[in-house]
Amino acid sequence: MCGIVGIYLKNEKLKNSLGSLLSKMLINMGSRGPDSAGFAIYKKEEKEKFKYSICINKLNFKDFEERITKHVDAELKKNSDHVVLKTSIKPHTMLTILKNHFQDVALVGYGKSIEIFKQVGSPSDVVKKFKLDDYSGSHAIGHTRMATESAITTDGSHPYSTGEDECLVHNGSLSNHNNLRRKLKKDGVNFDSENDTEVAAGYISNNLSNKKNLKETLKDSLKDLDGFYTFITGTKDGFAVLRDEIACKPAVIAETDDYVAIASEFQAMAHLPEVNNAKIFEPEPGVVYSWGN
Amino acid sequence: MELDLKKLELRNVNDKLQNLDRKTNERDFTIINPEGNHAICAGLDKEMNVTIKGHVGYYCAGMNKKATITIEGNVGTGVAENMMSGKVHVKGNASQSAGATAHGGLLIIDGDASSRCGISMKGADIIVKGSVGHMSGFMSQSGNLVVCGDAGEALGDSLYETNIYIKGTVKSLGADCIEKKMDKKHINKLKKFLKDAEIKNHKAESFKRYGSARKLYNFKIDNNY
Repeated sequence: MCGIVGIYLKNEKLKNSLGSLLSKMLINMGSRGPDSAGFAIYKKEEKEKFKYSICINKLNFKDFEERITKHVDAELKKNSDHVVLKTSIKPHTMLTILKNHFQDVALVGYGKSIEIFKQVGSPSDVVKKFKLDDYSGSHAIGHTRMATESAITTDGSHPYSTGEDECLVHNGSLSNHNNLRRKLKKDGVNFDSENDTEVAAGYISNNLSNKKNLKETLKDSLKDLDGFYTFITGTKDGFAVLRDEIACKPAVIAETDDYVAIASEFQAMAHLPEVNNAKIFEPEPGVVYSWGN
Repeated sequence: MELDLKKLELRNVNDKLQNLDRKTNERDFTIINPEGNHAICAGLDKEMNVTIKGHVGYYCAGMNKKATITIEGNVGTGVAENMMSGKVHVKGNASQSAGATAHGGLLIIDGDASSRCGISMKGADIIVKGSVGHMSGFMSQSGNLVVCGDAGEALGDSLYETNIYIKGTVKSLGADCIEKKMDKKHINKLKKFLKDAEIKNHKAESFKRYGSARKLYNFKIDNNY
């Protein structure tokens, strides 16, 4: 089943409550996805600084800090089993360092403004552990998971990073992910899990790195990805939404002068300010919707 | 009587409506703060009036019998699914599968309904003042679907004996669905529906009627679908 949510603020005044608005959306979507939860939150970028969201798993934070500072000059911020590493080191170099020396940790996302956190557990526990309520930012997307295609692990949780400042959450299931994974592996895309959404994320990032834009990429996915899906893709400036043409997987959008919110079900948005006066509609099948891009 | 879903459990509210208090015989209810909850007013089987103030989730007014339910907001998937009789009036938009498998009663949607509106309906009357999405009337067996706006792809796919009336455009017809002649009796019937739904800006004569070509469900050895 799975639940997906997203919120994009048009009014900057709401930015300090972004975390608490998203947190209630995720908790509410616990009914659609009780296994694990995750979210990506976008904050104002700092020039020349990159943030790497890393899940250190069972590693001791002090040990990790000691090891990583031998390789990079970075500011570390611990949040539950995740660490956000802020540094001026560019992704290409950083990814190589992590690959060569830190096989025991998982990079969940990176970019100038994105921070990603995901964990196994009920959404209400996960948002509490990561103190989502305290987060501010410009926009965010999130996911609550009911595992169907692969195991309940942090690896199998969403959002999936699709590149610098980009990520994907997915409600649905893909049926041609094994074929597509094989093809993408040949193109040099790496996969860490058996999960179908990771393949969609790999597909999107591969297309984007081939200089296609996000809208084109999502349109192409209508012919290349076989299965049921509602996708939300987060980018530095906003997010985009796409439902497959059969449109079995739900989505509802609420738009006011202050924000645009999307969720699998309206009840996840019932707490948002002025939602009863919002323009509420369902994204049409096979149409790419985007805000802030 | 006002029922506040912020204060009362959903089960409690539905229980109250499913088991009316015989002593007071109260039959007028208003539900406030529905907040997108699912299955509000499911399984009501007595004559009563319920107004829901706000947006609701899935399967609102499901299995309705005799009750008149008005939703002052949008509805999620499967509003009035399997309705037997009574009336359900949605003042906003409806999500997919509105009136699915409904056997009887009247469903009025003031806004749009998304895909699969009236899927497998078995005798209900559905009137949509806006447009309907793809696969509407899919495998519908009996009853009427009236749409004042447009219809999406594959309208009436594999349908049996439901009459579909569309005022606007039809993106495409589904298998075995064809346009049919509007006879006097159809116009009169449609006039009644438009009156029931208080639709004054559309004339019955301006609608087109669609129905089954009867080539699919009457099995013929040389059917080439």
